[in-house]
Amino acid sequence: MSSKPLADKRYAAITGRTIVYSVLIIVAIYYLVPLLLMVLTSFRSMNEIRLGQLIEWPKSFSTEAWSEAWSQAQIGARDEKGLRPYFINSILMVIPAVSISTILGALNGYILSFWRFRGSDAFFAILLFGCFLPFQAILLPMSQTLGWLGISGTLGGLIFVHVTYGIPFTTLFFRNYYVNIPGELIKAAKLDGAGFFTIFWRIILPVSIPIIVVSVIWQFTQIWNDFLFGVVFSDPDSQPVTVGLNNLVNSSTGEKRYNVDMAGAIIAALPTIVVYVVAGKYFVRGLTAGSVKG
Amino acid sequence: MSQPIKMKPRLVDKIEYWLPKVVMSPTVFLTMVFIYGFIIWTTVLSFTKSRILPVYDFVGFQQYVKLFLNDRWMLALKNLAIFGILFIVICLFVGLLLAILLDQKIRAEGFIRTVYLYPMALSFIVTGTVWKWLLNPTVGIERFVQSLGFESFSFDWLVNPDMAIYTIVIAGVWQSSGFVMALFLAGLRGVDNSIIKAAQIDGASMVTIYSRIIIPSLRPVFFSAIIMLAHIAIKSFDLIVALTGGGPGNSTDVPAIFMYQFSFTRSQMGVGAASAVVMLMGIIAILVPFLYSELRATKNV
Repeated sequence: MSSKPLADKRYAAITGRTIVYSVLIIVAIYYLVPLLLMVLTSFRSMNEIRLGQLIEWPKSFSTEAWSEAWSQAQIGARDEKGLRPYFINSILMVIPAVSISTILGALNGYILSFWRFRGSDAFFAILLFGCFLPFQAILLPMSQTLGWLGISGTLGGLIFVHVTYGIPFTTLFFRNYYVNIPGELIKAAKLDGAGFFTIFWRIILPVSIPIIVVSVIWQFTQIWNDFLFGVVFSDPDSQPVTVGLNNLVNSSTGEKRYNVDMAGAIIAALPTIVVYVVAGKYFVRGLTAGSVKG
Repeated sequence: MSQPIKMKPRLVDKIEYWLPKVVMSPTVFLTMVFIYGFIIWTTVLSFTKSRILPVYDFVGFQQYVKLFLNDRWMLALKNLAIFGILFIVICLFVGLLLAILLDQKIRAEGFIRTVYLYPMALSFIVTGTVWKWLLNPTVGIERFVQSLGFESFSFDWLVNPDMAIYTIVIAGVWQSSGFVMALFLAGLRGVDNSIIKAAQIDGASMVTIYSRIIIPSLRPVFFSAIIMLAHIAIKSFDLIVALTGGGPGNSTDVPAIFMYQFSFTRSQMGVGAASAVVMLMGIIAILVPFLYSELRATKNV
């Protein structure tokens, strides 16, 4: 046991706290600065950027870069300008893809927890591998198959792909949530003559709100942020916003317009940032679900 | 208790019996065809001489030989090793450190946690766009530090073929370390407080308590985090496309970019398929021990 005087001990404790807080704050700045610079740069005019440099406090304020990125910049060779059509594609893709994969995940989780059949546990294990599947291993057959189905290069094709490879995750979420619901509850309902869908609607669904939120957030961020499927399986008309942003930033004609690039990056990131700010708790739960036990 | 009376199954019961299986069947179909079927299909393609279109002329391991004789592929593997190891080690270190610091009953913990985690909500394309600009020597950090008066400051990793792969580590860590922090924080909160109290009474210092008791008890979290990070690293495609496009030259090529280019822009489908199979093998090699220990752990409970 140390027998330092009390004052010494308290002094050591205060220094310790100071160091802890300093490190935490410095790291917080490291995480925040890129976002801050993005926002500041997006509101500067190109004239000012040309004269000065990128990392400095803005002297002017202009929303020109935003409207440029949203609806005026020429991206690739397409007629419609700006990120707007890409953004709309992403919305049209994400809504059905998230809904369908979440509904199927809920039903699968329900069956795997309360309506087990021979081989259902084995199937769950087989399905889980889909969470770790490197998508490179399915890209070539998938582009062939989408062609055969007549949906290659369409939003429908992209939605199909996202639903297919989202189901392992949504099933995992719901199944892990439902195993904690007492089975007696369901057994009693079955004895009372309630059927498969009655039990699902009346008993399971009402208690599922938290896990539905987790599943929707997870799928939303995954699908919104996807780039690989977007770049491989879509035509210029159906490309999502991540592909649009990449084309905007890497189109090397003329002067590099950093303010437009930054505004575009914020536009592409805005929906998931909003989700994160509004439902941060569930966002973290979605991220950590399945990777930490308990 | 009376025995339940056996009745002839009614139609309704039959429907009830089959309903779960019917509802489950689309998922079973999708899994078997689009996950396992496609893996087999890709493997088959890797043994053919397919170029722009799939053809089923089998050539044995020729595409694999071609793959491993290709300097670009070997460079991609080397880059993945550099990126993967640094990315995993730094994320683990930063994540654990931040989690321990945040676990010291910090004011505004919620706010700080929020700040650390938000990059994870962004797509790698956005992250790549931002960091491409910050790391660009003529306009970004280098220029900024020079303008502060340090004229000789140089930070040109992004355009330096020997260093460019390390800039990807910087951006990757920025994006993913908050997530690792969240994993460790959840793990720390789960550590039994009575053990720590007992150690404190025995006079153990905080350093000893952390290094001997708490950190070893986080083994499962380390394991999960390594799996997740390794998985991100092997699949990493968008971050590198946005940040360097694989360049300068091919200096930041990784297997995911190699696979994409050979399959879709260079019309070398056989080689692309072979590279995809090798990537899949890599994931399986990491995954099998993980799943094995997970299943064993569940049985013990």
